Amino acid sequence: MTLARHEPFPDIARQREADRFGMVVFLASEAMLFGAVVMGLFALRTFEPAAFAATSQRLNLVAGSVNTAVLLTSSLLVAIGAEARAGDRLRLAKWMLAAAALLGLAFLAIKGSEYLQEYGEGLMPGVGPKQDFATPAARMFMDGYFVATGLHALHVTIGVALLAGCAWRLRGDDPPSVVGIGNVGLYWHLVDIVWVFLFPILYLSR
Amino acid sequence: MRVGRLVFTWAALLMLLSLTIASSFLPIGEWRQVINFAIAIAKAALILWIFMQMREEAALVRLAVVVAAVLLLVLGSLLAADYGLRSPSPYVRIDAAR
Repeated sequence: MTLARHEPFPDIARQREADRFGMVVFLASEAMLFGAVVMGLFALRTFEPAAFAATSQRLNLVAGSVNTAVLLTSSLLVAIGAEARAGDRLRLAKWMLAAAALLGLAFLAIKGSEYLQEYGEGLMPGVGPKQDFATPAARMFMDGYFVATGLHALHVTIGVALLAGCAWRLRGDDPPSVVGIGNVGLYWHLVDIVWVFLFPILYLSR
Repeated sequence: MRVGRLVFTWAALLMLLSLTIASSFLPIGEWRQVINFAIAIAKAALILWIFMQMREEAALVRLAVVVAAVLLLVLGSLLAADYGLRSPSPYVRIDAAR
C-alpha cells in the first residue's frame, strides 16, 4: 500500500491521522443529530409507556429484525473490503463493497415494504385515506418512527451511493486510496450503529 | 488480512441481535428496556472497536469518539433532569393535551 503525501503534512502518518480525525469529527456530529431524535423517543416512552408499547407492537418485527441482520452483514463486508484494499487486493475489495451496496439496497427495499404496510394500516400520520391512531401519543410514536427511520434511510441511500462509487472506481487504474475507502467504511458503520439503537427502541419496546 | 477476527465479530453481533429479540419477549417488565439498551451499547462498542478499527487508531481519533459519547450523555442527563425534576405547577402543565 502506498499513499501520496500532500502539503502541509510533514509525514504520511500525520496526514493519515488528520484524514481519519476529520471523518470521525463529522461522524460525531451525525451522532448528535441522531442522538437528539433517540432522546426524543426516550422521553415519549417515559411519559406514554402504554401507548408507546402498543404502537411499537404494530410494527413489523420480522422485517425490522431481518433488516438489522442485513445491515450488520453489510458492515462485515465493508470491513473486509477495507482490509482487502489496505492489502492491495483490489478485486476482493471491489466485490466486497459492491455486495455491501447491494445489501444496502435490500435494506431500503425491506424498509419500503414496511412503509407500504404501515400506509395500508393507517399508521402513516397525515398520509393516506385511513388514519388509525388510538391516542395522540400513538400518532407521536409514528411521527418519531418516520422521522428516525426516514433520516436513517436517507443516510443508507448516501452510503449505498458511496460504496457503489468506490466499487466502481476499484475496477480501473485509479482506485480510491486506503484512507478514502476507510472513511467511506466508517460512514457505513455509523449508519449501522444508528440502526442498532433505533431497532430496540422502535421495534422491541413491548 | 485479519478476516477471521471480523467474521467472529459479525457472529457475535448476530448473537447479540438474537439475544435482544429473545429478551424482549421475557416477562420481566421494565428490565427488558435496560437489557435491550445494554445490548445495543455492546453491539455499538463491537462495531466501533473492531469494524471501525478504533483498537488501532491514534489517541486523537479515539478522543473524538469519546467526546461524542460524553456529549450524548450530557444531552441525556439534562433531558432527564428537566423532565424528571418537574413538579406540578399552575404555570407549567406537561399533560395539557389530555
